[in-house]
Amino acid sequence: MAMLEVNNIHTYYGNIHALKGVSITVEEKEIVTLIGGNGAGKTSTLRTISGLLKPRLGDIYFEGEKISDTPAHELVYKGITMVPEGRGIFARLTVFENLDMGAYSQPDRFTFDDDLDRVYQLFPRLKEREKQVSGTLSGGEQQMLATARALMANPRLLLMDEPSMGLAPILVESVFETIVEINKTGTTILLVEQNATVALSVANRGYVLQTGEIVLKDSAENLRKDEMVQKAYLGIE
Amino acid sequence: MSETKPKKTTGRVNSFKIIQAIISVLFLAFLSWRLYNVISSGVYGPDTWVRFAISGLIIGSVYAVIAIGYTLVYGILFMINFAHGELMMIGAFSGYFVFEALKSIPVAATGMSFLDSYQIISVVLAFIVGMFMAALSGYFLEKIAYRPLRGAPRLIPLISAIGASIFLQNAAQVTFGPQRRTYTNPDALLRSQGWRIPIGGEEVILTYTGVLTFVLSILLLIGLYTLVMRTRYGRSMRAVAENKQTAALMGINVDRIISNTFIISGALGGAAGVMWGIHNGIIYHFVGFIPGIKAFTAAVLGGIGNIPGAMVGGLLLGIVESLGPAALGIDFQLKDVIAFSILVLILIFRPSGIVGEVLTEEKV
Repeated sequence: MAMLEVNNIHTYYGNIHALKGVSITVEEKEIVTLIGGNGAGKTSTLRTISGLLKPRLGDIYFEGEKISDTPAHELVYKGITMVPEGRGIFARLTVFENLDMGAYSQPDRFTFDDDLDRVYQLFPRLKEREKQVSGTLSGGEQQMLATARALMANPRLLLMDEPSMGLAPILVESVFETIVEINKTGTTILLVEQNATVALSVANRGYVLQTGEIVLKDSAENLRKDEMVQKAYLGIE
Repeated sequence: MSETKPKKTTGRVNSFKIIQAIISVLFLAFLSWRLYNVISSGVYGPDTWVRFAISGLIIGSVYAVIAIGYTLVYGILFMINFAHGELMMIGAFSGYFVFEALKSIPVAATGMSFLDSYQIISVVLAFIVGMFMAALSGYFLEKIAYRPLRGAPRLIPLISAIGASIFLQNAAQVTFGPQRRTYTNPDALLRSQGWRIPIGGEEVILTYTGVLTFVLSILLLIGLYTLVMRTRYGRSMRAVAENKQTAALMGINVDRIISNTFIISGALGGAAGVMWGIHNGIIYHFVGFIPGIKAFTAAVLGGIGNIPGAMVGGLLLGIVESLGPAALGIDFQLKDVIAFSILVLILIFRPSGIVGEVLTEEKV
């Protein structure tokens, strides 16, 4: 049984049919990526899985349990956490307070300290800035904070929406190194990316979305070799 | 064309700033001249000034407690809860009925009523019931008048708030009658009693009710500030205020936080109502309106959405309103004019308030 099973979901924004029957499966300990252009429905898919949007048709199962009717704030307790698009930092809270909010679903103070140590080890920069108001962080640091905050919830499935957005190429590389590192500790990752080159370099499998539909699914390796993917998303003629 | 446009804008901003500066200077000069005249004429002795300052601080502390209610709700929902003054009225009536009920219970051991036999318990009970009833009303207010309009354009919940305010006033009028009622305080809190402080050969009375009001307000403000800034619960409130969707992704139940915010803000309003009743004595169905608007002014003065700002704004407004008429040598009935002139001036010249919060795009 797959960890996450998305069966033929249709999601609407008002009358706009954003997802036209998207089906995805994510196995435990995998990194799966959704790639596609602007408006392809990548973010909508993640938002539907995380409970921020409700699918009008279709079901979502997490570890065998139906979650398509579960509100977003309850999914965190089941083990799904999302790093939202644009990072969603609480700009007027300090770095520490942001991390504390990440651990909102973990009421145990004892594990809190361990979790905090763990994310500070992963992102030493955040420890230096612990008391700083997070709105004053640089873009790269904010991405670290958003990822660290999500990890504070000890997710089994981490949904990441465009972690490379607005970052310098050198930072993008380090972000993806961290993603691989997080995955090695046993966290399953579903990654949405416009930067298909990096996404396919770390992922095990990938899905290509176009105007709300999956047009291609394969292993990351095969997708990298696919002519259509190369032309449309990797910039290789 | 494209080059002239930005120039025009900066030109406009500059002329506005110049006019603003000229007006401010003229206004300040006028105020100083009036103040100088009044002080040099010696109409008011030092005892009178102290009396004004004390009453200003007391009323200001009540404004501050009510203003926090506005600011909390605004911080989270970006709407002005214009029915907040009515929550204060509900608190005032609840406290009144608690006192009346306790007055009618005889205690055999002392031969007096419960109210006079157990005065501290009676006052505490009045506050608990007043806060509870106002909190309950706040909870249902949000459920009925605001929650269905979540996500609607911002003007619509505002209109709903004004409707709720009118509804609550009239409901109170129908239920309790239009007459004015007088709080019967326990003996220790008689409104004429207090510490007598000699100042400049005269005696200034520092009433017990006034001290109770001031001290309790400050305690409530400190308590609330600690809750919001120092606890994880307060942190989650601030997280919801900043970004509801991300807050939900952290596992925070946004709807519950919003409900609780109305409960907390209602409880503060209710406490203010009981304080108002105990200190000022007279309550009626319309009693929440003017303090409500004043506290709104205080919240705007301090920067709406800003908790320390609302506290400072409330105290400042109370003092200015109390000292203002005397300082300017104008009629005392014009104190409301002073308060609302401040509201208009702040809205025109410094909409972010004196504490000066930087408003995020969403809030503006």
